[in-house]
This record gives sequence, structure tokens and C-alpha cells, in this order.
Amino acid sequence: MLRFLLRRAMWFAITLFVVVTVSFFLMRAVRGGPFDGERALNPAIERNLQARYHLDWPQWKQYLAYIGPFNLDEEGPEFLGGDGARPFGGVLAGDFGPSFKYRDFTVNDIIGQSLPISAALGSIALAWALLLGLTAGVASALWRGTKTDVALRLAATTGIALPNFVIAGFLVILFVFLVPLLPVAGYGSPAHLILPGFALGAPFAAYIARLSRTGMLEVLHQDYIRTARAKGLSERLVILRHALKGGILPVVSYLGPATAGILTGSLVIERIFAIPGTGSHFVNSALNRDYTLAMGVTILYTVLVYALNTLVDLAYTLLDPRIELEDEA
Amino acid sequence: MASSPRPARLRQLLALAILAGLAVAAGSVLAAARLDRADFVLNNATEIQSLDPHTVTGVPEGRVMRAIYEGLVVKHPETLAPLPGMAASWEVSDDGLHYRFHMRSGAVWSDGELIDAEDFAFAWRRLLSPETAAEYAYQLWCVEGAEAWTLLPDDRRYRAFDGSWWQEIEPGRFRVGRTDFVRTASVAAGSRPFTSNDPMQHVGFPEVRGSRTEEADGGTADFWRYEFTRALQRDGYELQVLATNSSDGLDGDPDASRWVFELQLDPDAVARLELMDAATFRELTWREHVGIKASDDGTVLDVTLNQPTPYFLDLCAFYPLFPVSASAIERAKERWPATWRIEWLKPEHLVTNGPYRVAFRRVNDRIRLAKNSTYWDADRVAFDTIDVLAVDHLGTSLNLYLTGEVDWIDRPIAGVIPRLMPREDFEPAPYLGSYFYRVNTTKPPFDDVRVRRALALAIDRREICEKITKSGEQPAHGIVPRSLAGYPGADFAHARDEATYEANLAKDLDEAKRLLADAGYGPDGDEFPTFEILYNTDQTHKDVAEVLASRWARDLGLSVKTLNQEWKVYLDSQRTLDYDVSRSAWIGDYLDANSFLDLWVTDGENNRTGWGDARYDALIAQAAREPNEARRLELLTEAEAILMEALPVIPLYDYTTRNLTNPRLGGFFGNALDEHFPKFFYWMDDAELAAKRAAGDPDAVRVPARGPSAGMYPPAGRDAVYRASNEAPR
Repeated sequence: MLRFLLRRAMWFAITLFVVVTVSFFLMRAVRGGPFDGERALNPAIERNLQARYHLDWPQWKQYLAYIGPFNLDEEGPEFLGGDGARPFGGVLAGDFGPSFKYRDFTVNDIIGQSLPISAALGSIALAWALLLGLTAGVASALWRGTKTDVALRLAATTGIALPNFVIAGFLVILFVFLVPLLPVAGYGSPAHLILPGFALGAPFAAYIARLSRTGMLEVLHQDYIRTARAKGLSERLVILRHALKGGILPVVSYLGPATAGILTGSLVIERIFAIPGTGSHFVNSALNRDYTLAMGVTILYTVLVYALNTLVDLAYTLLDPRIELEDEA
Repeated sequence: MASSPRPARLRQLLALAILAGLAVAAGSVLAAARLDRADFVLNNATEIQSLDPHTVTGVPEGRVMRAIYEGLVVKHPETLAPLPGMAASWEVSDDGLHYRFHMRSGAVWSDGELIDAEDFAFAWRRLLSPETAAEYAYQLWCVEGAEAWTLLPDDRRYRAFDGSWWQEIEPGRFRVGRTDFVRTASVAAGSRPFTSNDPMQHVGFPEVRGSRTEEADGGTADFWRYEFTRALQRDGYELQVLATNSSDGLDGDPDASRWVFELQLDPDAVARLELMDAATFRELTWREHVGIKASDDGTVLDVTLNQPTPYFLDLCAFYPLFPVSASAIERAKERWPATWRIEWLKPEHLVTNGPYRVAFRRVNDRIRLAKNSTYWDADRVAFDTIDVLAVDHLGTSLNLYLTGEVDWIDRPIAGVIPRLMPREDFEPAPYLGSYFYRVNTTKPPFDDVRVRRALALAIDRREICEKITKSGEQPAHGIVPRSLAGYPGADFAHARDEATYEANLAKDLDEAKRLLADAGYGPDGDEFPTFEILYNTDQTHKDVAEVLASRWARDLGLSVKTLNQEWKVYLDSQRTLDYDVSRSAWIGDYLDANSFLDLWVTDGENNRTGWGDARYDALIAQAAREPNEARRLELLTEAEAILMEALPVIPLYDYTTRNLTNPRLGGFFGNALDEHFPKFFYWMDDAELAAKRAAGDPDAVRVPARGPSAGMYPPAGRDAVYRASNEAPR
């Protein structure tokens, strides 16, 4: 277990380093800069602006300042001319720098404000996807071949085929304009998260339904289920205590990618429902050439996806004692 | 090590703990999110760059700035005429060069400190200072000495007595140039240039008091250099002139384009020179040579301009010229030495002087404004709270408006505009903006004016306005929007009123074909090379580009493609002249034709067509100095005529505003700058709403007027606002 975690941590450091380095230079290789606008700047003013954000430095120096093995400002190490107060800076010190576009905020501020909102939205979406998906999947498996099964499978296929923004559109027409129950967009009360949570979770609910149906069908044919039935256990106990645990294993392994998908997929939903989460920054920061914010969000997602996948691997051992972490596939 | 199966209890506990954690997290986020609806909600469509008026540019930023800050003057919400703001009154000299503002007594910042002329001097210095890196610093370059002061290179050493900068290249070897101060300072009638030690004064050199166009006159520069070195020699310096700018290879240095030479001095002489660093020189020149002076008691602000600037009062109501609190910035610097640049702008620390203050801010969501009780005119501010949303999705924005959650949006989706047109809450007004195509005049065949003219003529602009943009835009045949009152303007094509439109379009098409044939293309000539129309990602731009491509193909037989690029890449393509024909637009900063015409001077940063014409440059410069308004507009019209003869830009149409506003909203008017002033907003009561509807278009489709029907505004105060507009001193 410990060795597994250590090895994961090591790979994590390497992955993060590669992600940071590649995206840092890729970002700056793209045409256009953070201060380009319809109105061209006076060259002298542009120089001032670039100096203010150190964009006039050579790239290697910007890179070092960004990841921060040495702090290159006044508080940096003495041999670089600083006063030694804070030798490390940049990402290593947990400082993602100021946003180029939203100049009243550091990237840390922006992530600090928006991540809890995305997390709340994501939790609602995931909870709802699990609830609906598992119920539908298990029901579908138990009533295999019946009309209910066909209807549920049809719904699941539709759910997977429809992108979440289409579902969002239907939901808005239905629950805002036809039956005025919920606010159309914005953020300010729990009611504001119901429609986006639903739309965001729907495709995942559909996929979970399919996975759990398949998983359940497979498990229901296993010997130990037959044994359990033979012992005379009630069908309810057989399903809940024995079949379900094995049946949802595929769902658990899907949870990692699903959570990542919900996080990154939320950018469209966040935009449509005007939810001030992190997702919208993921795309906009790149379009704005807001180098620091784009880097910050990229690093955040790398960490999240990696951490979630590790958590899923750990959860496997809790659900299925046969799986051992050292045989990591 | 294999993990042994844990007790089921533990697993359940773990799962429960995770679920509980998620629930608590979601709950606390939601609890923190709870906000009641503000009295008035507008969608600003984007998160603004900053709350610092000096570092932002853009329309959405302006909306917030006008709510939380106030300049020397404010504008009348309908006519845009200047009204007293932080200045209670002002006087303008007859030559239009001197402005004297009398400050409003008793006006205070939101922290209770008094606002005086010194605050404006501080703010304007901050705007001009390179340390602020303000993109809009040039808005104040009409002030005497301001441009040179901003552009002083900080890596040079300076001399005070003659307004020259000295850069030590090697020990004893200097590159010497002059700042603009002597010339610009002497333009102001009667003011003494620099100091009595100025060599210009010694030799009594009258020509140098003239205009900026003398910069082009090499003779003057040579003469200055000669007199300058002679003055140094007279003071006992041994010197040797090594090189001068035009002939001896200093041209590579962007700062060395004018008034520059190199000289050698012995070390003793260097010691006697008393060179000072840039910061000291800046301090000195600010006090003595930039035309912004606060009186000692802080009641009067005197401003001296380089040249008569008819829109200067409008500029004073423009957000780059708004004040910021020096003491608030100082306090922030002390408390947060490393992060003060961000800290002083946080809602809890920000000090403002406008009708509203920032109460709350969540990035990408909203800025909540609350009435500023210390504002001098707070009794006439109607709303207690205003929410400024940052919803960028046009469909969502429209939905928010339609469900009454937002009271004002500025851009509905283009597709629904025909359905909005008959409604009472949608009244497009002419907007000082121009939609046009840039042509890359450095690239054959577009370097041939006949080709550009042919392209410009063979466009059915009415088709674009009626079938694509659809909100009452006007076809344009000049680059300056024709909604600009008082400006004659010059069109490139036949007049096209409704009756003659078809006939003239046919004539123009024939001329276009003839021009192309003249240029050597067509059935009897070469095949016209395939070219691309560049546009940035947007449905309207795409539609316009495709219509033009197909019309040029159909009517002129050209082979045209369209090329879509993402915004920043598109800007880069334009800037590097890596395009054939490119979709463009320009919105006026102020109500003046110059805002659309000074773009096209040779090598201007916003030119981006490669076009240049010395006659055009001269006319623009001449107009800038012309004190007679009618004559100035004639000069600008002449310039536009040259531009429309050469057609490096092909005008398509003039913009209209597209505001959707709650019918109950009062104090909101369509105007050419699409500027609106939250200070004047209020809810009409039922009687006023009924009166407005009775006076308006009887066929307009009524929509529900949401909001409190008890007018949030004392009517007596409102009348006073309009009276003030008639009494405003000019």
C-alpha cells in the first residue's frame, strides 16, 4: 500500500513536471499575446506593460520564475541579488502568479473562488448520475428483456448520444419557460444548481446505467450468487448484499474518468447556466492568452485527475479483496 | 503488501464520511452563494479586466467605472453634453488651450477624505506614468508635455537645463537627444520654455515655438544641435560631435529618430554636467513642464493643452481620467508591500468617489454595487444596489432578460433581432461605430487602387444590413459614421438614397468591372489570383464574409475564399499584414471624426493596411492644430476624401446600438457612444410609464414592465438634472 502510494507520487511528480513544461512553452508558441487587442498599443506603452509582467524576459528566465526553483524578485536568494526572504517562488511555493487578464486577482484567488463552486456543481451532478444510473442499471438487469428494460436502455442510449448542452436546452425550455419552476441561469441560491447539475450528470447517469446493467448481468450468473440463492436468502438480500457489490465494480473504475469528465465537461454547462466555476476559465484563459491562469487551471486539472484515479484504485481494494495494489495493471 | 479485507463497518464509515464531506462542502458553498436580487441588474457580458480606471480599456469596463468613479465632468445621459461632476464649474480660454476647473467643495472619497485638485493631478500623473503601464495613457497626450513625459526612457540620464537626455554609451561618450519639452512648453502662449539656461532662449530661436510638424524639418534639428553644442562650449566644455542622427547610422535606435547626436566629453566635464537619473528628471519635469497644475489650496486645477482639443471636456468624463485615492494606494503599499497592486482593488479596500461603491465581487459572476452614501449627489441616486453580471453566453443573457432576472442586456443573439424589432424595449439607435474591411495594400494585386476600388464598388451594402445584421444599420460609403452630427464627410461612391439605390448599384458594378479590366484582369487580361477574406470567429462576420465572397465571385468573376481565425491569431495576422482582405471594426472613443481618421496616418499602430500618404498625414496634423471648428471639420473631410480615394479600407455599414432594457427603466437613452450612466437610472412609476408609452410608438409590442412601480427616484431631483444640462458652462 505504502509502496504503491510512493510510486504513484513519483510518477505524479514526473507527470506534473512534463505537463507544466510542455504547456508553458506551447502556450507561448501560439500566435498572439495577452495584451493584444483591437486597438494596437503604442510601442512604448506595450514595452512598459511587458516589463510589468516580465514578458520582456527571455523564455527560460520566465519559465524559471514561473516554476520557481529560485525566486527572481527582490525577496529571492542573495546570489541573485535578492534579500533571501523567500528563496523559492512560483509554482513550487504554491504561487501561480497574477492573472494577466483579470488584473485584480491572482490565479490563486480565481481558483480559490471558482473551484468550490465547480466542486459543488460536480458533486450534485455525480450524486445524481450515480443515483439515477445505478437504479436504472440494476432495475434494467433484474428485469432483463421486459419492456422496462427496453425503455431504460433506450433512455440510456439517448442520454449518451445527446451532448449535455442539448439536454440543458430542453431542460430550460421545460422548467423555465413552459413550467416556470427554476431560474434560467446564474448563481445565487441552491435552486440555481439544480438544472445545471441535472444536465451535467445526465450523460454520465446514462453511461453508469449501461455499465451497471452489464456488470449486474455478469455477476448474476456467477456461482456465488447461485449459492446464495440456494441457501435460501431472499432475493432482496442476494441483490443488495452479494450481487450489487460485484456488479458495480465497472462503475467504480469508471468513477475516476467520470469525475474528470464532469470537471472538464462542466465548462459548457457552466457557460450556459452562467455558473462562475473553474470550467469556463479552462477555455477562456487560453483564448485570452492569459498565460498564468491557463497554466494554473491546467495544473489544477492534472492534479485532480491524477488524485481521483489514485483514489479509484484505492477504492477497488475496498470493494474487491481479490485486487491487490502491487499488481497495478 | 496485500491489504487484508477490512471490517465492513470501516468501509461503510469511510463511504459515509466522504459523502458527508461532499454534502458539507456543497452546503457551505451554496450558503455562501446566497444573494438577493439587486434593485437593478445589468449583464455586462464579460468579467472586467480591473477596477482600476487607469489600466483598463473597453466598453464593459466603462460601465462599471462610470458607476463607481466620477471625473471632473459627467455627461448628460441623453445629449452627452458635459455636466458638472467633481468640478463644479470650469472656464476655457479663447484659444482652446487652457482649462481652469473649479473643484466642487466638500466632495469626499468613500473613506471620508476630501477630494481636491491634487487628487486629479495625482491620478493623471499615475495614468501617464510608465510604471502604471496604462494602455490609455495616450488619451491624455493632448496635455502639454504629457506625451514626452510618458515616453522618457528610464535607462537614460538627463540634463535639466536644456531639456535633453544623455545616455552614456561608453565612459565620456554620450548619445544626446532632446525631449519634446522645449517645443511643447513654448507652444503655450507666454509660457517660458524650460529655463533661462535654455540655449534656445539664448539664441532667440523663434521657429522652435511653432508646431510639431517641424520635427520633420531636418534644418531645425541641425540648427538646434549647432546652437546646443555652441552653448556647451561657451560654458567651457570641450566636446567633439561624433555622429548625428540622419547621416551617421543612429537610425536603428527607435528613440533616436529625431534630434539625436553623439558626442565625446572628457571625464571632468562629465562630472560637471550634473546628470540626473530618470526618476529625478521625471519629478522635475512633471512639476515644471507638464500642463497639469493643482493650486496650493486644492480648489483649482489648471490644464494646458498642446493643441485645441474640442473633445477635451468629453475626455474628462472618460474613465482613464477618473481619479483614484492616493492615500488608499499608499496605505495598501504599506500593509502589503508585495501584493498591494491587487490588494488595493479588493472591494473591502477600494476607495472610490462615484455614485456607487463595490460591495461584493465574485470573478466571472457579478460585481455588486451599493449606493455610496458619501457621494455628493447621493440624494439623486435611485437604486440601493446594482448587480453587474458577467454572463458571456448570448443565449443565456437573453433568457435572463426574458425571465426578468436582468433588466438590461446590450447584445441579443443576432437571430432573434427581427422578432425583437417591434418590441417597445428594443430601440436600436445609431452608434458611433464603423464596420469595414481592411485591404493589405502591400500585396499585389491589392497594391493597385483600381482593384481596391472595384472591390469596394461591387458590394450591395443594403443587402448586408437587411439580411444579416437586421437592426437598422446604415450602409456606409465613408469611414466616419454618418450619425456624427455636424461632420460633412466624404463618400467614395454615388449617393445612394432609397430611390436611386438600385440604379446606382448597377452603375457602380459596371465601373468595378471596367476598373478590373483597366488593371489588367478579366476576360481579356490575366486571371485574378485567388484571395482570402479573413475574419475572426463570429456568426455575423462569417455571414458577411460569405456574402461578399459569393457576390465578388458572381459579379466580378473573382475566386474568393473565407478564412476564419480565432481572435488573437486574427489580430496577429492583421498586425503582421499576413492577410489579403480582413474584416474590421472601429468604435469611436469620443464624438469626433478624428477618432476614425487618425488611425490611417502612415505607420500608425492601428493602420494595419500598409497604406500611407503624406498629404493625408499633413491634413490630420493640420486639423489637430486648427482652432476654428468649421475649418477643422473641413480639413478632416478633405483627409477622408483622400482615404476614400485610395480605399485601403472598404466601409460596409455603420453600427446601431442593440440594448434591451426593462420598459420601466428611466434615465436610460440611446446615444451615439452607447454610454449610459447608472447615476441617472431609476424605476418609473405606473403613471410615468403610461405617459412614456402614450408618447411613444403606438404600434410597439408591449412587454411586461417588471420592477417596483413606486419610482425609486425623487422626481424633483430628476428635473434638476435636466435643468443643469441647460445651465452647464461650456
